[in-house]
Amino acid sequence: MSLLDDYAQICGNDVIAHLQQLAAPFHGARVVHVNSTRVGGGVAEILTKMIPLMQELGIDASWEVITGESQFYECTKGMHNTLQGNQIHLSDKLLGVYERTNAENAESLRESLTEADFVFIHDPQPAALLQHFPNRKGKWIWRCHIDASHPYRPVWKYLRKFIVPYDASIFSLAAFAHELPHPIYLIPPSIDPLSDKNIELEPGAVRQVYEKYRLDPERPLILQVSRFDRFKDPIGVIEAYQLAKKYLPSLQLVLAGGEATDDPEGGVVLGEVQEAAYGDPDIHILLLPSDAHLEINALQRAADITLQKSIREGFGLTVTEAMWKGKPVIGGDVGGIRLQVINHHTGFLASTPEGAALRIRYLLYQPEKIREMGEKARVFVRDNFLITRHLREYLALMVALLYESQDRIELSCSSLNQEIHDL
Amino acid sequence: MTTLDDTPAGTVSESENRPGPFLIKDCALVALATGRRARMLQEFRNEITQIDESSIYHHYWGGLLQARFEEREFNNDFAAWIRHGIHDAMLAERLAALDPTDFTDLELLRHEIIELIDMRLDECESLLWMRATQQFEFIRSQIIVFDTERRLQQPAELASAIEQFSTSSIFYHFIDARRRTQHRCDDFSDWLAGFGDQFNGLRKHIAGLDPYFGSLAELRIQLAQLFQTYFQEPVHEPAG
Repeated sequence: MSLLDDYAQICGNDVIAHLQQLAAPFHGARVVHVNSTRVGGGVAEILTKMIPLMQELGIDASWEVITGESQFYECTKGMHNTLQGNQIHLSDKLLGVYERTNAENAESLRESLTEADFVFIHDPQPAALLQHFPNRKGKWIWRCHIDASHPYRPVWKYLRKFIVPYDASIFSLAAFAHELPHPIYLIPPSIDPLSDKNIELEPGAVRQVYEKYRLDPERPLILQVSRFDRFKDPIGVIEAYQLAKKYLPSLQLVLAGGEATDDPEGGVVLGEVQEAAYGDPDIHILLLPSDAHLEINALQRAADITLQKSIREGFGLTVTEAMWKGKPVIGGDVGGIRLQVINHHTGFLASTPEGAALRIRYLLYQPEKIREMGEKARVFVRDNFLITRHLREYLALMVALLYESQDRIELSCSSLNQEIHDL
Repeated sequence: MTTLDDTPAGTVSESENRPGPFLIKDCALVALATGRRARMLQEFRNEITQIDESSIYHHYWGGLLQARFEEREFNNDFAAWIRHGIHDAMLAERLAALDPTDFTDLELLRHEIIELIDMRLDECESLLWMRATQQFEFIRSQIIVFDTERRLQQPAELASAIEQFSTSSIFYHFIDARRRTQHRCDDFSDWLAGFGDQFNGLRKHIAGLDPYFGSLAELRIQLAQLFQTYFQEPVHEPAG
């Protein structure tokens, strides 16, 4: 069975037929995606499936990964953090490494990228490649996966000069977008229903996490999956749990996040969380390795309700993941959570621990509401936030770019083939 | 570049489905940032005067094909923001009552929106300086229409064919059509009108389906039920 057949079983045949029709004019077109890692992180996760899906649709899609030394990654990590608002100075030396690494990678990718019909450059790491391709044939698109709504200005100003010459940019939400002298497309991220994070699990896998973490399957369980970061408000989650527990004494809370690695702030927040949870055996703080996808999946299925009580959030893919598992979400009234959590339908937006506690009580006293809202949440994700929708919008963007500023593009395969041929 | 329809946004074009076979088309929409934002009602009003028509289209129509929840409280993004960002129920309700099909083009719709905002600002001065709890982001969209190369020769074929329409095809023929067809109706009704009075009863039933509040998948089910019931019944309602 093909990958498209697998997705058809989840999304429906009409969704796949639609993709096939949209992709038909691109048969044989060369599409190259470029990022900086083949494993780990959301971009790699999406590309792992996006590339074979494009190939099955007849597109000559490929994936290139740029490489660099440790100072390059130090610089690009700094760029990532500064685009999210951290005020970190990047030295001229590091920026020099960034530009040199892009120049070196441009040489090794020259043939592939010069001849490509479409090049998708993901995030800041390979953004400076374009200047080394004055004879590029195709359309180049910069895809920003980061919440860059409030960047540290000096770094954005530096990066912007590399991004301006692109044919288009893509941001996940309008609020993240910046003024640029080319079309700025809005394409939300997506989850892959067939990945370890989201795939259906046997009941045994869920039972295993209950046993492993000494959770009681007979008692209500609420969960937040996120790194230990102040923007995710884990302390607020504990406060909400404590307020709700007065009315629901059997309540259990799991806070599952990655181990604090090289983020000194993460260690401090984790300490505060452990202190706030001290003495309550029903609060479980889990430090999971970054590849514990199946375990996170099982925890999300084990929970009655998921929380994402962020006070600042990008898109919030953990919300999408929980909703895909049929769980209502109580989320912070910020960022992409607002797109996903619809009050009284797929969950509740809450701005305070008190608000979150009220909604926890509301839902746990009405298990039928949990089922009803969870089902709506799952359908909402199926229709809007799966990788098939993401792919559809990439294909639509590819068509739109060929016709530039037209609002309404009526096409036939032959006309579009001519456009691609003329690139 | 070969485009079959270079009709500028906001103008009326003849339906291509009349009176020959029904051409089943499909579409995809891609959203673009405009860089225009508003945090106050006055600012919102000023942006409305300047935004591209494709942005009005997106917030009234195009949004129906974007990520959205099936049970929408308001039928357009402007009314929803006025209610939940500015917290003014009165203006939100008035904006929600605007039906874009009542306007021959988007410019007229734009003027009516501005008129309603100005009227409300006259009624309630405090709205002049009230800051919204969330910013409104003006978005525009590009719609890509493609021919599925499937054709329906006779109206009775709708009964079995409609279930095979993708949701975006339903959007194109049932919602987007209201901007394209001469009588600002859906493509099905427009096509049926080409058969004279024979299908007036069915057209009345179709007109009874509200395109704004159900999901596109629900709309497809409703249309399928309507067509199947109609074409199975031996006696149809008198034409009128």
